[in-house]
Amino acid sequence: MRSPFRPHDVPDESILDDHRPLLRSLERRGLIRGGLSLGALVMLTGCDVKRPESVEAALLAISRFNDKVQALLFDPNKLAPTYPASMILRPPKFNAYYDVMDVKPVNGATWRLEVSGLVADKRPWTLQDLEALPQRSMVIKHICVEGWSYIGGWTGVPLRTFLTRVGADLRARYVAFKTADDYPSSIDMASALHPQTLLATQYGGETLADPFGYPVRLRTAVKLGYKNPKWITAVEVTNIYPGGYWESRGFSWFAGI
Amino acid sequence: MHWINAAAMLVMITSGWGIYDDDVIIRGFHFSHFWRLGDWAAPSLQWHFAGMWFLAINGLIYLIYGFVSGRFRERLLPIRPADVVQTVVDTLHFKIAHEDITVYNAVQKLLYIVVIFAGIAQVVTGLAIWKPVQFSGLVSLLGGFQTARVLHFTGMAVIVGFLIVHVALALLVPKTIWAMLAGGPQLKPRSGRVEGNPVT
Repeated sequence: MRSPFRPHDVPDESILDDHRPLLRSLERRGLIRGGLSLGALVMLTGCDVKRPESVEAALLAISRFNDKVQALLFDPNKLAPTYPASMILRPPKFNAYYDVMDVKPVNGATWRLEVSGLVADKRPWTLQDLEALPQRSMVIKHICVEGWSYIGGWTGVPLRTFLTRVGADLRARYVAFKTADDYPSSIDMASALHPQTLLATQYGGETLADPFGYPVRLRTAVKLGYKNPKWITAVEVTNIYPGGYWESRGFSWFAGI
Repeated sequence: MHWINAAAMLVMITSGWGIYDDDVIIRGFHFSHFWRLGDWAAPSLQWHFAGMWFLAINGLIYLIYGFVSGRFRERLLPIRPADVVQTVVDTLHFKIAHEDITVYNAVQKLLYIVVIFAGIAQVVTGLAIWKPVQFSGLVSLLGGFQTARVLHFTGMAVIVGFLIVHVALALLVPKTIWAMLAGGPQLKPRSGRVEGNPVT
């Protein structure tokens, strides 16, 4: 098709020929300059001091969409690879939003686990009660969102066993946790019922040490490290999105691996 | 298609540099803040996991188009080692031809194939480190989670290396850029186009 921008009376070709070298040099210089400033402009996004709100909103919307895709990719019957006990790292790697020196130990004797939300039995649990339930051990890889990983050995009550015991509505959407270090967290029900999701009380066959969540922490093989709250004080079963510490700061909520 | 890919690639590379920094692969090697997309890991991850859709879907369409239209076979094959050597020798003598920008020389062909494979590899290794439990078979095939991370990083380095050469050469031969913006020169009928190579 003929371009509507093309003039009806085309100028004499010879005019173009006369000025061709000049045109070419101009063109080339302009393009190089233009290309460079375009490149610089693209790189400016790297500064990212203030993201426009529309960009922010779009990225968050895609992140929520990705949470749904992650839930679809999650196979509740797929087990994470396990490793021999000889590969357990001792002690495990410490990670929290503060330094290990700032850990405030929890007293196991007076500790109680509150249960709330869509459950039949809301009586609080002692550590002995919890340890009387059937236990499971697993040697799995801990994968942090930052990229590091290590192999750890965990023992505890499968969260599925616990939720069944308290008569939780297993069709509810979320299981939320409150912790002694003010690190709210929550996971989807499908991941909560996964056989490799434990309310862990032991590491490498020994009682959990203070920096790693004594007396009870969550340890799930199907989520990134930050979805494993330590020093748990309350469990809630709910249909209202509970969010979490890092999630409210921009990390993906589903965080499945 | 090229420009969606270019934008998605830049987003993936610069946001990847933002993610990289929390747990470096090469000790002591960091990307400065200027080059990172995202202030810290969370926004960089958001960019990365948004960009991946554009990169993967656009890339998939490109691959399907390349195979179905025969463009890959026509433009990128065959590559003879002797031609590669000849092109390198010619280049060193400043005898490189680009009168017809629709015909790639042997080195161009080789580099384009390498970067296409690097792009595919990035999607595969990326999937492995995104979902190491769901795709645990793929992860063990790649030699473990940390190896997959290093491969993902290496793939990035290959693509960045290609980009530097690719952009520098395009700027040196400006008519290629014009061709890319305007949709390319008018091509002669198929038979006359490819020098000596039979087109099936």
